[in-house]
Amino acid sequence: RVYPALAKSNFSTDEKLTDFDDATSYCNFYEFGTRKSDPKENSQAFVTSPWSVTVDGACEKPGTYTLEDILKPHTLEERIYRLRCVEAWSMVIPWVGFSLGDALKRFQPTSKAKYVSFYTLHDAERMPGQKRRVLEWPYREGLRIDEAMHPLAMLAVGMYGAELPNQNGAPLRLVVPWKYGFKSIKSIVRISFTEEEPVSTWNQVQPSEYGFYSNVNPTVDHSRWSQKKERRIGNWLKQETLMFNGYADQVASLYSGMDLKKFF
Amino acid sequence: MTRGQFISRVIKPVLFLVLLLPLALLVEQGFSDNLGANPVETITHQTGLWALRLLLLLTLAITPLCKLTRISELVRLRRMIGVYSFFYALLHFMTYAVLDHSFDMTAILEDVVKRPYVTVGFSAFLMLIPLAATSTNGMIKRLGGKRWKRLHKLVYLCGLGGVIHYLWLVKADVLSPLNYLAIFIVLMLFRLPDHVREKFTGPLRSFGQRSSQLLKEEKS
Repeated sequence: RVYPALAKSNFSTDEKLTDFDDATSYCNFYEFGTRKSDPKENSQAFVTSPWSVTVDGACEKPGTYTLEDILKPHTLEERIYRLRCVEAWSMVIPWVGFSLGDALKRFQPTSKAKYVSFYTLHDAERMPGQKRRVLEWPYREGLRIDEAMHPLAMLAVGMYGAELPNQNGAPLRLVVPWKYGFKSIKSIVRISFTEEEPVSTWNQVQPSEYGFYSNVNPTVDHSRWSQKKERRIGNWLKQETLMFNGYADQVASLYSGMDLKKFF
Repeated sequence: MTRGQFISRVIKPVLFLVLLLPLALLVEQGFSDNLGANPVETITHQTGLWALRLLLLLTLAITPLCKLTRISELVRLRRMIGVYSFFYALLHFMTYAVLDHSFDMTAILEDVVKRPYVTVGFSAFLMLIPLAATSTNGMIKRLGGKRWKRLHKLVYLCGLGGVIHYLWLVKADVLSPLNYLAIFIVLMLFRLPDHVREKFTGPLRSFGQRSSQLLKEEKS
């Protein structure tokens, strides 16, 4: 399914788009295998319709919503964002979707909703990578509520003007462009508003390496990869990594007064 | 032609070409644009894996293989395989130094000091250098057999370093590096003196014999 005549968001970068084949064949989506090429190979039979999302926790309108219900009130637009992986590579991807905050407001989070957490589908029959316990399934991610309400954060249903390929997180995924890619959780089936900081999967695997915030930050080194530089997919040599992945003007204020070396 | 001559004159040149294949494949894929979305990563991974494979599977496996097959002339292949392993390790390091770090020595040194998996990998690479440099007949003579042998025991450390380097760089799925570790351990067991090894393998062998006996009885 293609999305014709999408409005282009002002948040878009005019950098050169990553080749479609590269963006859809080089993926980290352990639910379909741990090698970069696995998700494309192993997700072709994955059925994403019907799809529903359970909303619970500190909100006025909990319940189970069909994907159509969630999408109905929103106008889809195209946003071209930089995507920076913690493994020191990056892409430029034209997403199709809408503001995460607009979607969350419809569930009317209460004053107790300090955080929001997201869960990927857990079904080893449909996601064969889950047959091995490489990670604690289901995959979980979370944001502070003000991060989630930031206009840059989006829910995506498509990329390159068409529906999301399965390997890229169909049918519904998060895109948080100023954070490392693993925060942008794929194939979401549950959204939960919480008072406490929620568990996030990679933080659970190795808390010293993957913090809850995981903002793109060239000055805070990761124990495996220097974060000063990144390789833009399609280029041979590396380029400098920008603070908050180049979105510092928009998002730096979310973290004013915080020691980003401590809250990495 | 004797068995030894056959190994030196036929097997060795064939093997020389075979071990060039991983590099040839990378070059071919490079020219046909088939190295994937991240060609530098593909080159780094492939050269690293081949350095490790040759180091473990062949350099360290030749002695056990000689023992098992009783073809002692297989030893004549060992030097070439070892030098090839160094060659792939060198390509691996050069890819990292040039394409990842644009030869920025400060950045490379920082990496070596800060990241344990780089520290271990880099040390293993450094240790391979004297081994490759003393691999000629002239050097063996100059050092004297005993000292040369002692020096070349370093190859075990290189193998272990290579495996740990791989194990520590993987994010979560350690299955593949664990396979290499298992191979390393099995090969090292062959290096134990016969009577010590028997303690490990003896019970296994009698267990194997017993189960095959049981299977036969069940079938009949």
